[in-house]
Amino acid sequence: MKKFRNIVLLLLFAFGVVGLMPVMAQGDGTVQKDVSSAKSAKNPVDVKGIIFGHIGDSYEWHITKIGNTTLSIPLPIIVYSSTTGWHSFLSSRLKENGGIYEGFSLAPAGSKYEDKLVEHNASGQEVRPFDISITKITLAIFINSFLLLVIILGVARWYKKRPQDAVAPKGFVGFMEMVIMMIEDDVIKSCVGPKYKKFSPYLLTVFFFILICNLMALIPFFPGGVSVTGNIAITMFLALCTFVLVNVFGTKSYWKGIFWPDVPLWLKVVPIMPVIEFFGIFTKPFALMIRLFANMISGHMAMLVLTSLIFITASFGAAMNSAMTVASVFFNIFMNALEILIAIIQAYVFTMLSAVFIGLAQTNEEPKKIEK
Amino acid sequence: MSLLVPDTGLLFWMLLSFGIVFVVLAKYGFPAIIKMVEGRKTYIDKSLNAAKKANEQLSELSAKSQTIVAEANKEQGRILKVAMQERDKIIARASEQAEIAAQKELDEVKEKIKLEKEEAIRDIRRQVANLSVEIAEKIIRKKLKESDDQMEMIDRMLDEVLSKDKN
Repeated sequence: MKKFRNIVLLLLFAFGVVGLMPVMAQGDGTVQKDVSSAKSAKNPVDVKGIIFGHIGDSYEWHITKIGNTTLSIPLPIIVYSSTTGWHSFLSSRLKENGGIYEGFSLAPAGSKYEDKLVEHNASGQEVRPFDISITKITLAIFINSFLLLVIILGVARWYKKRPQDAVAPKGFVGFMEMVIMMIEDDVIKSCVGPKYKKFSPYLLTVFFFILICNLMALIPFFPGGVSVTGNIAITMFLALCTFVLVNVFGTKSYWKGIFWPDVPLWLKVVPIMPVIEFFGIFTKPFALMIRLFANMISGHMAMLVLTSLIFITASFGAAMNSAMTVASVFFNIFMNALEILIAIIQAYVFTMLSAVFIGLAQTNEEPKKIEK
Repeated sequence: MSLLVPDTGLLFWMLLSFGIVFVVLAKYGFPAIIKMVEGRKTYIDKSLNAAKKANEQLSELSAKSQTIVAEANKEQGRILKVAMQERDKIIARASEQAEIAAQKELDEVKEKIKLEKEEAIRDIRRQVANLSVEIAEKIIRKKLKESDDQMEMIDRMLDEVLSKDKN
């Protein structure tokens, strides 16, 4: 009990010191004011900018700002313009050349394509080129994919090196085996049904891909920190994969269940049920997409807002700021723990629901008819 | 809201990288692991079954050996008993034979003794007869001088004796 009290006191003291720091650093507030957009001139901290800068995509990987110098990794821009063809250059070229390079510039705030690369056509309108730039999220996808490949192939290598009757692995390989077999046995086998073998590589890949993206997003600095699964394009792609698998491998009785379900005839002749069921085909992956996207983005938003709280309250006086700092750090610790949980749960849920949807489309038996 | 608009570039790169990850993992990653784990599972099951069977065989064998030992013990007891009986029988027979032999010898000895006794008796008788004859002769010689009558009587008596001996 005494030990616990000591720890609490120590923590309070530590946070007190941390809380005072922004106050001491208030002199830099003017610098921040200059940098932040004109919109938030009254507020020295542009919370919206911070949050969307972290969550959104960009053509450079912003790492940190030390004093007035920003530390960021410029990323290659690859665009195809319908008038001038392919262009490929580093994003740092834009800044070096006063924001415009080879006719491309970032769309200003308030534009339809805010913060995206645009070119101007003859009449001066903004036109979006075909853009396959390696953006921040793209690079994060590459890093995460590479990590995933290294981890899984590393684990697989352990097995390939050993004979069939080798002793069960220990340590990391054993842990990975446990997770893989948990997904394989408890989720895939039980949800998909007897034909699970065909789908299990996809579902396992999806699980580990989402898991590694979720976990990497929680690391606040360079190789992580990008909320890949908090981007709608990524979740849409994954949901589309599931959608394709469900409907391409759907059995005859699955399609019959949609267009001629086992309901009273008048519900089918006036096609109420078929219409509802038909929409169900699309709502299921749509729900998958939105669930993962919203869960991941909301967690990151909450954490960013809580962190911003420290800087927002910097102008409210030392006492207020220290109190809010303590609260913010406490809540951030809580949020981080929660986010780790959510990272695992969302990967699990996405995989499980995909497996369930695939399994539902794999039914071979005729729906049971009620005996009269 | 730009957050809700999926970016084509991202979709393209996601398709590419996820596709590669999926193909590589589906070919070299997960199947190897799952195959191995399932192989191990069947191996363990098989081993368990084999161990169970071996155990059963072992217990069967031990039961068998126990019965064999018990049977051997029984047999041993039986053989011992038979041997004892045999021994007793042999001893009994031997003693019987010895007895018989002894009896026979005894009988023979008895017979010899008897014969010798008879011989001796006969010898004695003869001598007694001779003695008595001699005595009688002496007596008779004395008396015969006295009368011829007495002589006659002695003759008669001798005859009597002789006839008796002849019989």
